[in-house]
Amino acid sequence: MAKDLLFKSKVSTGRKVWNIASKTLVYIVLAVLCIFWVLPFVYLVIQSFAVKYESHLIIPAEFTLDNYAALVTDQTYPFWRWYLNTLGIALIVAVLQTCLTLMSAYAFSRLQFKTRKNYMKLILVIGMFPGFLGMIINYWILYYLGLATEYTSIAGLILVYIGGCIGNYYIAKGFFDTISKSLDEAAMIDGANRNTIFWKVIMPLSKPIVVYTILLAFTGPWGDYMFASVMAQGKTELANVAVGLQGMVTKAAGTTYFPVFCAAAVVVSIPIVTLFFLLQNYYVEGVTGGAVKG
Amino acid sequence: MTAIEYLALPWYKRILYKITSFLSGIPHVFSNLFTKKIPGIFVKAGKGVVRVFRNIVNIFMDGDYKTRVSYFVMGFGQITRGSIIRGVLNLVYEIAFFVFLFTIGVPNLQLLGTFGRIASSEYIHPELGITIYQYVDDSFLILLFSIVTILLAAVLIFLWYKQINESMALQNLNKIGRKVSDKQTLNDLVGKNYHMVLLAFPTFGLIIFTIIPLIFMIIVAFTNFSSAYQNPKELFDWVGLYNFQKLLGMGEGGYQFVSVFGQILLWTLIWAFFATFTNYFLGMGVALLINKKGIKLKKLWRTMLITTIAVPQFISLLFLNKFLATDSGALNFILESIVINGQPLISAPIKFLEDGLITKITIIIVNMWIGIPYTMLMCSGILMNVPADLYESARIDGASSFKMYMKITLPYMLFVTGPYLISNFVGNINNFNVIYLLSGGGPMFTHVNGMPIQTRIYEAGQTDLLITWLYKLAMGSVNKEYGLASVIGIFVFIVVASFSLILYGKTNAVKNEGDFQ
Repeated sequence: MAKDLLFKSKVSTGRKVWNIASKTLVYIVLAVLCIFWVLPFVYLVIQSFAVKYESHLIIPAEFTLDNYAALVTDQTYPFWRWYLNTLGIALIVAVLQTCLTLMSAYAFSRLQFKTRKNYMKLILVIGMFPGFLGMIINYWILYYLGLATEYTSIAGLILVYIGGCIGNYYIAKGFFDTISKSLDEAAMIDGANRNTIFWKVIMPLSKPIVVYTILLAFTGPWGDYMFASVMAQGKTELANVAVGLQGMVTKAAGTTYFPVFCAAAVVVSIPIVTLFFLLQNYYVEGVTGGAVKG
Repeated sequence: MTAIEYLALPWYKRILYKITSFLSGIPHVFSNLFTKKIPGIFVKAGKGVVRVFRNIVNIFMDGDYKTRVSYFVMGFGQITRGSIIRGVLNLVYEIAFFVFLFTIGVPNLQLLGTFGRIASSEYIHPELGITIYQYVDDSFLILLFSIVTILLAAVLIFLWYKQINESMALQNLNKIGRKVSDKQTLNDLVGKNYHMVLLAFPTFGLIIFTIIPLIFMIIVAFTNFSSAYQNPKELFDWVGLYNFQKLLGMGEGGYQFVSVFGQILLWTLIWAFFATFTNYFLGMGVALLINKKGIKLKKLWRTMLITTIAVPQFISLLFLNKFLATDSGALNFILESIVINGQPLISAPIKFLEDGLITKITIIIVNMWIGIPYTMLMCSGILMNVPADLYESARIDGASSFKMYMKITLPYMLFVTGPYLISNFVGNINNFNVIYLLSGGGPMFTHVNGMPIQTRIYEAGQTDLLITWLYKLAMGSVNKEYGLASVIGIFVFIVVASFSLILYGKTNAVKNEGDFQ
């Protein structure tokens, strides 16, 4: 009798109905949410083929590929130049920043040096100042170094991005903290030095965090407006995509450039979205781990 | 109050108790800071200085001639005792520093009091007969080189103290017949000094691109550095606390300035609060829905939401900027074309980005649209880690799903993601992109306290955060007010630092009470 009570929990019809109802409700809510989240992007893609933007036409009357051609041919808003600028910056920054971030994270995680704790506190306190404050001065320093005129300002921007990379050590450090220290000790007994341990023992085990760091370092420059706008100083040909497109959207009269903006948005998004979906699992791992460790 | 007494309280009294104990804890955090921590730091520093000076004297007394010469010629003791690499590096640094000091350092430090005498001079070229302008003193470089000189001097003192200690240590090692060879020094670089190799570049970057500019910018708060007094054409000058007074309504522009500043500060805090908590709780809600037992196509739902994370944020924001426009935006049209009972849903276009209050609500909702997928992703990862036996035992005890959420899921999530919440709150205080790219800080202030704005408030808008206002001040198309921008930056630091101090203090207290469960 007691067994029956424990294992054959009675499922009443009322309960069944409630279950189905609640499930349907959840499906409806999820469907509505997805519509809210995805439809604007569908609209954006459709508008990128529009001949002319008309607010009362969700689906434009005529379709064309001219907007995509305008990205290459338009003289006032040289999108292809912004695109190449950003791509170049992102590639260089992804490589260098990943190396430097992982190096600092490893040092803070594994190497017991005297100033370790104070150094981390210093980075924490510096991080409380708005980063833009220093950027104003960075511009002038780079100006006097000759790195803020014409195309050298792109090199200057790369330097600024890389210069601030030690502040991003936190998530990677959290990851390194979870790798057992006995691995280091075992390698040490086998005669490996710190350098060998870092590159040959820890790095191969850290693929998720390496991929995550590269992903963030690569996508960061695509979305940066603040620093890039300081370095561009209003010159169209030196802008990155964010600065350039912002100028196009806000300065161009009315909505003439809206379809072109949509086309640009599609072209910018495709590589990043692809990258994201390919590396989705690594990204999720980094986000979750980073949140848990703060 | 003991735990038993607390548990006996009804739920609303418990919440009240938590809130009051949190608020009453705040003064304690600060009083602790000013009565214990900061004096503690000074006492510690004082003791340290005394110890260092005693050490310097002792080493001079105990050292042989090699160590004593090291007091003047850095690295001498190390070179003569076989540790050549270290010694030479010290010596080179000393020579380089003094060359720098006398060629660049001293001349600039002398001018620091006035930031230079004349900005430019003109003279008539003797042969060509045309007037030639020449830049003479540059306030920016004077300040920059002064800061660099002082930092380099600090490094010199540090290295000097380190090398006399090392020289003394080598002297003692020599007595027992041992020494530190160059080979040993190089080996240490991949051994016990490996952190120097790893951190050399990042530290260099930190000093050049973050620390020096920050020190510079904090000093700028006390100057009139602006587009009116800009290098290299004009000199700028010390103005004392003028910028602080102006922002606090005691200078030019009067009370209107402090009024605008106060409104922007208030909105910054309101924004950070709503942006953090709406995203957190709604994101967690969506994660719970997707993770609910028996829901199919989990991967599909998640992937669709992740699209928003994958598309660069600035694109979504700029797109919405046009999408929500009053006259030409598609959303207003869609709302107008929805007809219920023969009446359109809205009779006139909604000013999504042109009305103070509506814009603020719009921004918070748009931020939810952008932020919820991110929180959803994070939360669903953590939700899977909630110990399953907790739910099982709760179910056996007959708990409802709501009760399980309130008693198990929520406390667990808050416990695990507490630090994330704090850093997210702080991040939102400085969330530049969402505001600047969506509303541009607009609509502008036209009236303050019922009076039309007379003075220049530097393009401040009703949805500006401190950080976007700072940006406008420094990058303004008409005026660049670096001094004021710097003061605002310092205020941001104060706000962020106080919040971090209070909140981190609280989470530490939670942690000390023992782990979750």
